[in-house]
Amino acid sequence: MVELENSLGKLRQCFRSGRTRSLAWRKNQLRAVLKLIHDKEDVIFEALQQDLGKHPVESYRDEIGVVKKSANYALSNIKKWMAPKKQPVPLLFFPSKGEVLPEPYGVVLIFGSWNFPISVALDPLIGAISAGNAVVIKPSEQAPACSSFLANILPLYLDDSAIKVILGGANESEQLLRHKWDKIFFTGSPRVASQVMTAAAKHLTPVTLELGGKCPAILDSLSSPSDMKVAVKRIVGGKWGACNGQACIGIDYVLVEDKFKSTLIEILQKFIKKFYGENPRKSGSISRIINKNHFERLQNLLKDPLVADSIVHGGSLDEEALYIEPTILLNPPLNADIMNEEIFGPLLPIITVDNIRESVDFINSRPKPLAIYAFTKDETFKRQILAETSSGSVTFNDVLVQFLCDALPFGGVGQSGIGRYHGKYSFDTFSHEKTVMQRAFFPELEPRYPPWNDFKLKFIRLAYDFDYLGILLLMLNLKR
Amino acid sequence: MGSVEKETKVFDSEAASSMVKELRDEFLSGKTRSYEWRVTQLKNIIKMCEDHEQDIIKALHSDLAKPELESSLYEISISKNACALAIKKLKHWMKPEKVKTSLISFPSSAEIVSEPLGVVLVISPWNYPFLLSIDPIVGAIAAGNAVVLKPSEIAPATSSLLIKLVGEYLDNSLIRVVEGAVAETSALLEQKWDKIFYTGNGRVGRIVMAAAAKHLTPVLLELGGKCPAVVDSGINLKVAARRIIAGKWGCNNGQTCVAVDHILTTKDVALKLVDALKHELEGFYGKNQLESKDLSRIVNSNHFARLTKLLDEDKVSGKIVHGGERDKANLKIAPTILLDVPQDSLIMNEEIFGPLLPILTVEKVENSFDVINSGTKPLAAYLFTDNKKLKEQFVMAVSAGGLAINDTIMHAAVDTLPFGGVQESGMGAYHGKFSFDAFSHKKAVLYRSFAGDAPVRYPPYTNGKLTLMKALLSGSFFGVIYALIGLSKN
Repeated sequence: MVELENSLGKLRQCFRSGRTRSLAWRKNQLRAVLKLIHDKEDVIFEALQQDLGKHPVESYRDEIGVVKKSANYALSNIKKWMAPKKQPVPLLFFPSKGEVLPEPYGVVLIFGSWNFPISVALDPLIGAISAGNAVVIKPSEQAPACSSFLANILPLYLDDSAIKVILGGANESEQLLRHKWDKIFFTGSPRVASQVMTAAAKHLTPVTLELGGKCPAILDSLSSPSDMKVAVKRIVGGKWGACNGQACIGIDYVLVEDKFKSTLIEILQKFIKKFYGENPRKSGSISRIINKNHFERLQNLLKDPLVADSIVHGGSLDEEALYIEPTILLNPPLNADIMNEEIFGPLLPIITVDNIRESVDFINSRPKPLAIYAFTKDETFKRQILAETSSGSVTFNDVLVQFLCDALPFGGVGQSGIGRYHGKYSFDTFSHEKTVMQRAFFPELEPRYPPWNDFKLKFIRLAYDFDYLGILLLMLNLKR
Repeated sequence: MGSVEKETKVFDSEAASSMVKELRDEFLSGKTRSYEWRVTQLKNIIKMCEDHEQDIIKALHSDLAKPELESSLYEISISKNACALAIKKLKHWMKPEKVKTSLISFPSSAEIVSEPLGVVLVISPWNYPFLLSIDPIVGAIAAGNAVVLKPSEIAPATSSLLIKLVGEYLDNSLIRVVEGAVAETSALLEQKWDKIFYTGNGRVGRIVMAAAAKHLTPVLLELGGKCPAVVDSGINLKVAARRIIAGKWGCNNGQTCVAVDHILTTKDVALKLVDALKHELEGFYGKNQLESKDLSRIVNSNHFARLTKLLDEDKVSGKIVHGGERDKANLKIAPTILLDVPQDSLIMNEEIFGPLLPILTVEKVENSFDVINSGTKPLAAYLFTDNKKLKEQFVMAVSAGGLAINDTIMHAAVDTLPFGGVQESGMGAYHGKFSFDAFSHKKAVLYRSFAGDAPVRYPPYTNGKLTLMKALLSGSFFGVIYALIGLSKN
C-alpha cells in the first residue's frame, strides 16, 4: 500500500515538473511504442497465443496493427491537436481573442481488458500520452502472459518515471481506485464499470467507460445470392473471427426473417467449415475461451434444456482445452440467460421474425448495445434503423470495420458506455479543453458598470441582441 | 396545454419512477425527434420570458433581492439568447457530420449522427435560479430529449414560477418541473436517467455522480471553486478595479460560480488596488453600500451565518480594509475587502460565494501561479497584466475551467467558448453548440458495400495473409499491391 502511495506520489511529481507536456516528450513516447511493438512482435504473438490461443493474423489485425496505426496517426497529428483552437468572439467585445487550449488532465488510470489485452491497454495509452498525461496501466490479470509482458517490457521502452504498469487483481484495482486520479479509462463489463464510476465519484474524476452489450446483426432479405453469401461470410467473421466471440463489438445474435432461417444456417455452416475445417479445435485459426470461469459461464448458458434443444449446429465442449465449438442456436427462449446477458463467446442465437422491420422494436426493448450491424440494401430501412434505434455505432453491410476508422468515435451509449476514443477522440478523451479569453484595457464599455440608469439598460439590451446599429444610434442620440 | 403539477402528495421514489416511465414512453414515440417540435418549444421559452419578464424579475427579487438590471440581463436576456441561437443553428447542428474513411475500409462512407440521449434530469442552483434552469434545458430540448427540471428550493419564488410557466408554455408530456428539497431530489436521483446535468457544489456533485454510477448515467457537473484574480503592476488599476467589481459584487453580490473569489498581487500593487477598488465601489454603489439597491442580498440566513463566520474569525477580523458592515434582518453584507489574510484562514479554505474579497500578497507576481496550483482547480482564473510573457506563463501554468485575461466573467458570455470546469470545478461543458452536444449521443455510422471484400480478413490464416494484413493496416498502397501479388503467387 505504502509502495503504491510512493509510486503515485512520484508520478504526480513527474507530471507537475512539466516533463510530459512537451511535444518532444510525447513524440518520443509514441515512437517508443512503435519500436516496442516492432521489436517484440514475436513475443506479443507468443503471449497472445498463450493467453487466448490467438493466431498471429488475428493478433496483428486486432492488436499490434491497431496500436501501430494509432501511434502513427497520433504522431502525424499531434502538433495540430495540441494547438489552441481559435474561436470567434462577438464584435461587442472588440478587441478580444477567444480560444480553446487542450491541456492534459494530469495522472490518469487505464484499466485494460483480457480479450484484447495488448491493444486495449496500448491504444488508450497512446491517447493519454498524446494529451501529455502521466499514466498508470492496470492490465487484466485474466490475461497473465500479456500482463507480464506489459509490466516487463514497457519500462524498457517508455519513460517509466511517467508511465507505469501495475499488476494485480480485484484487490489491487480496489486499492488503485481509492486514490485520486485525474481521469479513469475503463474497458470491461457494466458491473465493474459501475464500481469504477462510483469510486471515481468520490474524487469527481471524469471517466470513459468502454463496455459492450448484445450487439445484434440484422439480416434483411438480399435478392442477390452472392450478396447473401458475402453477408453471411461477414457474420461468421464478425462472430467467431474476433477472439472467438469474446469481443465487445462482436456479433452477439442475429435477427432474420423466418423464411430465410434455413438458408442462413446452411451458409453459416458452410463458412464455418471453410474457415475452420471439419474440426475447428484443430484449425489454429480460432481463439480459445479465456479461462475456466468464462468456460463455465458459457457452458451454463447452454444448460437450460430449452436452450440446448435449440442448438442446430455445434454444441460440443472440451473443458481441458477451454474449447467450445462454434455453435448456432435457433430461437432459444427469449427469457433464457443467453438472450439476456452479453454472450461473449462462440454461441450464436438466431432469432426469427415475421417481418424484418420487427428487429427495431426487438433491439429497442433491450439495453443500448455498443454496435448494431445491418445487412440490407433497403435505404428506407437503413434510415429507420438509424433514426429509431440507439447504439454506440451502426455499421451497414459489414462487421467490426468501424473499429479501424480513425475518424469515427468509438464508444457506447447507455449500458454500452460513456465517452469515446480512437483517432483524435483519444487525444480529446484525455484532455481538458480550457477556454482562454483575452481582452484589452481599452475601450471600456461604460454601461457595464453601475449606477444603473435607463441609458445603460437600453445599451445592454441592444448589446445582448448584438444590435450594433442600434447601439450606434443610441450613442449618437445622446447629446452630452 | 398542460396542467400544473400541484405537489400535494409527497414526491417519492415511486412517483419519480412512474414519471420517468411516462416520459420515456413519450420519448420513444419519436415526438422530440422532429425539428418542428424542438423549435416550437424554444420559441415558447422566448415567449414565456417576454410575456412574464416582470414576474421573473419579481421572483428573483423575492429570492435574492436581485437588482432589476441583473435579472433582466443576466438571467432573462441570456436565456432568450440561448434559445435564439439554438433556433438559428438547429438545422445545422442536427445534420450528420460526414467524415473521411481510409484505405482500410475502402469502399465505404461514414458519418456521425447526433441523436438525443433520451430522458434527462437538470438540477439547478439558487444563485441564477432562472438562467441556470433554462440554459441547460435549452440544450436538452435542442438535442431532442425529454427533460425533468428540479429547481433549487433555496430560491422558492423562482421555483414556483418555473413550475407554473413551464406548465403553461411547454409540452408537459415531455418537459416537467419537480419542486422540492432533499427528499424529492433523492427520489429523482434513484431513477435511471440518460444524462444528469447538475449545477451546484462539489459535495452534492459527488452524490449526484455516485447515484448516476449505479445506472451508468453520464453526468455534466458545473461546480465552482475559488476563482482567483492575479493583478500585475504597471497596469490601468482603475479599469482593472472596475472589472473586478463587475465580476464580484456586480454578479449577484459575489454569489456566482465564476465570481472573483480572491485577489493575488504584490504588496505595492495591493495598497493601490485597495484604493482603486474603494473609489470605484463608491462610484457604483454610493457611500452607504450596505443599503445599495444595486446589490443582491445574501440568499438566506444559513449563508449569512456562514459568511459572517468567515469574517469574524480571529485571524482575519483585523484585516478588513473596507466594508464589513452587516444587516442581519435584511440579510445584507456590505462589499468587504480584506488585506493580507493568512492562507490557513477559513476564508481562504472554502469558496467564499459572497461579498467578501480577500487580497493576498506575494513576493513576485509569478508566485501567484504556484499559490493557485496548490489549491484545487477552480472554474475560472483571471489575470490583469500588460506583460505578454506573464500572460503566456499564466495560460500554460494555471489549470482552470476557463481563463480570462484583463477581464472577469466575460468568457462565460461568449457562446463559441465551452463553459465548464475541471477536477473539483466540474466535468463537461456547455453554452452554444456545446449545450447541444452535451445532451447528444454522437453515433458513428459506417456504410459499406458488398463488394471489396479482402479475403485476408478471413480464416484459415496464413503467412501470406499476415503480410497483406500488415500492408493494409499501414495504409500503404504499394505494400498492398506487393502483398496481393505475393498472395496470388501462392
